[in-house]
Amino acid sequence: MMQQILSVSDINKYIKGLLSYDSILSSVWVQGEISNYKRHYSGHLYFTLKDAGSSLKCVMFKTSADRLLFEPENGMRVLIRGSISVFERDGVYQLYAETIKEDGTGEMYAAFERLKGKLEKEGLFDKERKKSIPFMPRSIGVITSETGAVIRDILNVLTRRFYNINLKLYPCAVQGEGASAKIAAGVEFFNRHRLCDVIIIARGGGSIEDLWPFNEEIVARAVADSNIPVISGVGHETDFTICDFAADLRAPTPSAAAELAVPEMSEIKRSLERISERIRNIPKTNLEIKRTGLGRILASPFFKKPYSVISDGRLTVEKYAEELEEEIREDIQRCKNDISLSAARLDGLSPLKILARGYGAVRSPSGDIVGSVESIKKGDEISVSLRDGNIECTVNNVFRGDTKND
Amino acid sequence: MTEKKSIEDYTYEEAIAEIEEILAKMESGNVPLDQSMKNFEEGMKLVAHCEKLLNSYERRISKVMEDREGNIMEIDMEQQI
Repeated sequence: MMQQILSVSDINKYIKGLLSYDSILSSVWVQGEISNYKRHYSGHLYFTLKDAGSSLKCVMFKTSADRLLFEPENGMRVLIRGSISVFERDGVYQLYAETIKEDGTGEMYAAFERLKGKLEKEGLFDKERKKSIPFMPRSIGVITSETGAVIRDILNVLTRRFYNINLKLYPCAVQGEGASAKIAAGVEFFNRHRLCDVIIIARGGGSIEDLWPFNEEIVARAVADSNIPVISGVGHETDFTICDFAADLRAPTPSAAAELAVPEMSEIKRSLERISERIRNIPKTNLEIKRTGLGRILASPFFKKPYSVISDGRLTVEKYAEELEEEIREDIQRCKNDISLSAARLDGLSPLKILARGYGAVRSPSGDIVGSVESIKKGDEISVSLRDGNIECTVNNVFRGDTKND
Repeated sequence: MTEKKSIEDYTYEEAIAEIEEILAKMESGNVPLDQSMKNFEEGMKLVAHCEKLLNSYERRISKVMEDREGNIMEIDMEQQI
């Protein structure tokens, strides 16, 4: 039997027919990102819809395109309702779009960026606005759901770190309509009554839609206006919310928020113990310091040998005395020498010595030495002293001058 | 330190900071003996204050809400979680 031979047109028409019977393909929502976007002068829109792994040709005819409220653009994430059919001329199937909606998540991302930019510009996220988290809060306000793992996780962490905790839960919905208003109300409530020293706003992980309340302006403003410091622990580590930016401290998770809210009691007690030990040692250390100082003074020569000053003085005095004595001795010796010298000279001049050389001394009867013939006359009794005795004489004659012959 | 707070008014952190300051002064060694005794007494008072503060914490887990008149309603919830 001969196989039926079909033309290209036939096969494309056949495929088109097959697809047209499929109820899913005749009306379908497709999600993706617009690329290769072209608005033809005829008014039809041609583009490709793609996601990470695949792409799909799309066309939107003028009648539908005219009803669009926005101009699609490349990169836009969209939801498109339409039907899948075959374009016979090119042998391709494509999506005939009837309506295009901006994808909700895309809208959310855009809204997120818009709000973030706006609040940033207002200075709502400025570092200077951030309040410091109290070291050891008396009371912790928690805004989260009453049910679920989050409040349990928070309480577990708080209890482990700081058993005597005062936790006040403000129960509230953390997703869906009205959640944001309730969260903001919680922040205001804690502030109005000054019920706590720190507020934790927390929610477990979820999709961007789930976390949306934490991206709303009302929450951001309540958090920024709070006089009580706020720790935000929303979603997982990779999730960032506007609430995180507005908070005084962002924690990657609810448990981490609890970690940041209280210190570890055991560590506190240990460090207080250490510090009080140091205080207790003050008097001892101080006495020791003073004692060492005193020891140094007592070890000084003055205190160690108090008499040394006196004995040193005495030594000096003795030395001087010796020197003085020496000098006096020398003086005396010198005088003695002078005296003996003088005595020798005197001795040389002694009349006895003259007599010893054979001279004689003449004395008058009265005993005076006769130095001149003037005082002697004939008949006087004189005595002549010689070396070894006296001669009594009578003067026979007296002559003036050297010779008796004159 | 011109307007000196009474020790009773110190927060835990303030008290610890004050103690650290005293210790730094003392351990530098240049303090007259009678001043050192004063510092020691002050330090011991601060330590006692810290201990008192730590002991003043009491565990309480509660749920708080506001009624229509704006009154606070506090419900103990230690058992519920």
